[in-house]
Formats: sequence, structure tokens, C-alpha cells
Amino acid sequence: MGKRLKGVEVTAGHVTRSYGDFKALDDVSVRIEKGEFFSLLGPSGCGKTTLLRIIAGFDSPDSGTVLFDGKDVLPFPPEKRQSNTVFQTYALFPHLTVYENIAFPLRLKHVDKQEIDRKVREYVHLVQLDEHIDKKPNMLSGGQKQRVAIARALINEPSVLLLDEPLSALDAKLRQNLLIELDELHDKVGITFIYVTHDQSEALSVSDRIAVMNHGKVLQIGTPYEIYEAPATEFVAKFIGETNLYPCTVTSCERYNDEYMMTIDVPSLGRAIYVTDEEPMEIGRGLNFTVRPEKITITIEPPSKQKAGINTFHGIVEEPVYSGFQSKFYVQLDDVGTVVKVFKQHTNFMDDGPEIEWKDLVYVSWSADDGYLVKVIDE
Amino acid sequence: MSIKDGRRSSERRERRLGVSYAAPMGVWFTVFFIAPLVIIILYSFLKRGLYGGVEWEFSLTAYGQMFNPNFGKVLLRTIWISVVATAFCILLAIPTGYAMARSKHQTLLLFLIIIPFWTNSLIRIYAWISILSTEGFFNEILKSLGIIDEGLHLIYNHGSVILVLIYMYLPFAILPLFTTIDKFDFSLLDAARDLGATKFGAIRLVMLPNIRSGLLTAIVFTFIPIFGAYTVPLLVGGKDSTMIGNIIVDQVSKTRNWPLASAFSMILTLVSTVGVIWMMMSSRKEQAQKKNVTNQQKTEQNILDHHTTGGEA
Repeated sequence: MGKRLKGVEVTAGHVTRSYGDFKALDDVSVRIEKGEFFSLLGPSGCGKTTLLRIIAGFDSPDSGTVLFDGKDVLPFPPEKRQSNTVFQTYALFPHLTVYENIAFPLRLKHVDKQEIDRKVREYVHLVQLDEHIDKKPNMLSGGQKQRVAIARALINEPSVLLLDEPLSALDAKLRQNLLIELDELHDKVGITFIYVTHDQSEALSVSDRIAVMNHGKVLQIGTPYEIYEAPATEFVAKFIGETNLYPCTVTSCERYNDEYMMTIDVPSLGRAIYVTDEEPMEIGRGLNFTVRPEKITITIEPPSKQKAGINTFHGIVEEPVYSGFQSKFYVQLDDVGTVVKVFKQHTNFMDDGPEIEWKDLVYVSWSADDGYLVKVIDE
Repeated sequence: MSIKDGRRSSERRERRLGVSYAAPMGVWFTVFFIAPLVIIILYSFLKRGLYGGVEWEFSLTAYGQMFNPNFGKVLLRTIWISVVATAFCILLAIPTGYAMARSKHQTLLLFLIIIPFWTNSLIRIYAWISILSTEGFFNEILKSLGIIDEGLHLIYNHGSVILVLIYMYLPFAILPLFTTIDKFDFSLLDAARDLGATKFGAIRLVMLPNIRSGLLTAIVFTFIPIFGAYTVPLLVGGKDSTMIGNIIVDQVSKTRNWPLASAFSMILTLVSTVGVIWMMMSSRKEQAQKKNVTNQQKTEQNILDHHTTGGEA
């Protein structure tokens, strides 16, 4: 497209919004950088769409501020804000063609006819719909509709593009392709994208930063890496990806290189285990211990290297699930009976070792570095 | 092969049975709808009998008599009263239908719209007489408030005819509009506003074009009965607010010119038919478009599937 548009910094400060007794947003504050691809991630009813609608101007908060580049936008109706929205259901005008849909905002502004034509064709080309320009929306496939919605939202040259679960109505494969397209588009236009989704894999794969929300509150804001590797709360740990999570108590803590090596007592696992963390924890503090299934090794022979900081358990495979690139094993530990999830990647044939089957007796082990202590326990 | 054949013959049998299912309805319509219509068409081309009835002789006299300037006046009046009343009905029904569609209490509101139908229409017209008359409810209130000293002439004029017609036929406009607006995707209004339209602009540019079929139905459903109305102008109209319906009644019962009454009925039937055909054609056009679309979508989906599977291989 040649030129890049200008993004704005979007700040929501202490935004609260209730519907009767239901608190959709409870003192939410986020600062979204200029040109950032920012995701609001959470289960349905967590308030992410409400926050988006407040930023767009379709809803107003009971209290709090919404600023675009430091300027208060709350007094302005949606048509006066520098934001445009891509709706979950696309919201294409069924009585207008692709061309007319995309031209709609320009015609409202009484832009010169030739200028409209030039710009519409430019944006149609940007979203690769050149051959469908004269079709009505109901003649388009889901992915094409979605692209029309994006072109229509971008033609006004907004500073913020708000995307309300734009891919949720599409099938998985198409979703992946469009997600990549969306990411490329963001790089091309350079404006701020605020992306609402309940799908953690979507959010992880395209966002610069993510705000994880639940029950109207922001639980954690961070890069996809931070959110996955260092979840701030129990909810975040469980919601992002799959994990094994158990309550634990710190029993010892000592310095180990530039980190701290701790032993924690985990009742669900039946004994104390090792875990490292960047900061020391006081002894006796109750926390949650989490270890991602893909970081656990599963073997029939006991792990050979019994070096310090490896936690090893013995159990029986209760449920092997083959899913192509990886296998999932649900291993029931001896004595305690706790089930540990283990994902084993299939690298290549030689690497896989002896096949592990149902009711096999196995060892599961992980390094202290791969465990993580979740500091906040949800009420 | 044989299974397919079996299915086909059973389908055929079902289709044959379908005719017999529809037979009672068919007989009913033929006897009570088509037959009277044929009689009216026939009578309109016959000579009038001296004391009512007809003489079996072809004649266009009835149609010639219609060009009487007095009748012309009534026809014009009928047209403008119908147009004005229909326009008001639609203008009132659009916001009502919108409010109902967006309300949480749809069933209750629908119920409220339907309740008046439980009362005979004549009784409801008489109720309006007691509301509007010089000593009526409305005037008495104004008098007791000291706004006027003498009762206003609110009844027996064109205004009261139009007012009561609107009252009588408003539900016929509200119901179809409500059903179409209820199916309308309100996020389109959000989208229009997001793209720069004002609140009113969004409704005009996006909602109205998308509830076209409901608008058409509402117009036809109100215009046709209003055009043929005769009790309302008879009971709340003045001497000069007669409509075609009144002429027909007069020609049948007073003047006893049955061919002329039939000829006027023909006009009413013609107007209704044109209206219904218009409605059917536009809805068929819409449907054809949709059908076309689904076919096209199917082929496109096939192409798409082909591409994706091709890409994988």
C-alpha cells in the first residue's frame, strides 16, 4: 500500500462498567502502545468485548477514562472517533456490493467520486478481492466476507483497528491462514490493532502483547512468551495452553547461581520437589506449582542422569492420545493417584524410542528449571 | 437402483395424496372465493335490472357510468385518504416495530397489539365516536381543563376518517414490520455508525433497505383494506367523506345498480391484485437472488476445498 498510516496510543484508565448486578468491567486499566498488535484474551463473559465496545464508542463506562494519544474520547460518538471496528459477524451491509460496502464510509463523507473509486480499488486490492468487487456479501465465503469487513474498516484510515473475534466464525484451517494475513496487514498499515479473542493460540501467535482477562478484571499483561512461561495467576496458567497445576508450600529456599533453588511440598504429588525461580520465596508460603506437559519427559527406563534438580515420578499410562505431531499421555502416579499430563513430540522415527502404550509402567521427569511457581491463587 | 425407484414411487404416491389433502381447501376457495369473484366480473358486464339484479345482456354501461364526475371525485378522495392513512400507519409502525424488536418484552407487546382484535371493529369505531364527538371524552377533558368553552368539531370530517382508519389498520403495518425488523441484524447499525453514519443516517441507509420486504407487506396490508373501507367513513365521516366502499354499498342496497356496484368492486379487486403481485414479484426476486447465491456459494466452496486439498498434496 506504500504509505503507512499513523497509529495512536490507546489508554483505558480504571474503567468500570456494570449491567445491573453484573460487573462486566471492574477497574480495568491498560495502555496500548502506538502501532501495537494488542490482544484482549479471556473466556466469554470476561469483559473483553465490553472493553472493545467502550473504546469504539458503542458503550460508555460507568467510570474511568479512555484516551487516544492522551486525548479523552469518551464524549465522542463512534462516528467521531479515529477507530474502526471489524465485527464478529462481519456486519457487511447485505444490500450493497463489495464495492459499495467498502465505499460506504467515503460516500458518507462526500468524498469526490473519482477519489472514492481509486481508494476502493486500492483497498480491494490490498485484501485480494479484485475479482469479487461487484458481488453481494451473501455470495462470498466466510473468509472473503471477513476481508471485506477489514477493507471497509481500514478505508477511513483509522488510527486504531478494533477486531472483535473476527475469525471465530471460520473453520480452523482458514483461521490460521487469515491470522497470518492479518499479521502481515498489521505490519503493512502500521496502525494500532486491538484484537479480542477467546482463543489463546490465536492471541499467542500474532500479538505483541496480550491482556488476559477474567470476571471483568485484567489478570496479566505481557508478551505471549511471558504469559505462557510465567503466568501471573492460577487462571492464566490454566487458560493459556494446557498445564499441570498443584497447590504447594515452600519448604526450603537457597541461592543457586543467579536464581533460587527451592524445595516445595506438593501434596498431590506425595512429596517435595525441586523448582527454581528468579526471586526467593519465604518458607511456608502457599503457592501453586505448574509444569507444562511438553516439558515433562516420559520414559520406560528410569532417566539415566540422576543429577540434582530433576524430579522423577513413577506411574502407569492410563490414557495415551495420539494426535499426529505429538502424543498425549495421562499418567497416573503410584500411591497418590494424581494424573499428570505429558505431551511427547514426535521428532523423527529413530528418536522416538520404544513405543509407550496403554497400561505401560513409565517414569515421568522434569527439571527444576521447567517448573514454575504461580504467585497469585485465585479466590 | 431398486431402492431409489421404490423411494421415487412412494414420493409420487405422496404427491398424489397431497392433492387430496388440499382438496377441502380447494373446494372452499372455489365455492366461496372464486365463484363470487366470477359473478362480480360477470355482473359488471351486464345490464342493470329495474329493481336490482341484472338482465342477461352484455353491456359496458356500468363502466361508462363510472366516469361520472361525482364518482371521479369519490375515487380521487378514496385514493388520497388511503395514501395519507397508509403513510401515517407506516411512519408510526416503523419505530413501533423497531422498539418491539429491541425490547425484552416482545411477547407482552405483541399481545398488546393483538388485544384490540378481540373486540368487534364496529364497537371500536363507536368507541371512537364517543371519544371524538362534541360532547365526547376528549372535548370534555379540554373543557374541564378550561382550554375551550365549546366542544370542538373533531368528528364527521376527513380528519376523523383518517384518524380512525389509522387506528384500525395500524396493527397490520406493525406486525409485518416487527417480524422483519426482528430478523434484522442490529450490529449493522453499529457498523454504519462506526463507519461514520449518524444514528438517523444508519437507520435510513442500512436498516430501511434491509427491511424492504416487511415495508412492502405493511404497505399492501394496510393500503388494500383502507382502500376498500366503508364502515369507517360511514360512521365517523361527514357527508363529503364517502369512499368507494360506500358507493358500492349504496349501489347494491339503495340505487340497486348491481352492474355498477360490480364495476366498482372490480376496481378494488384490481388494486388489491396489483398490490399483491407487486409484493410477490419483489419477494420472488429476493428469493431468486438468495437461491442464486447459495448455488454460487456451493460451487465456490467446492473450488475452495479443491484448492486447499490440492495445496496439501
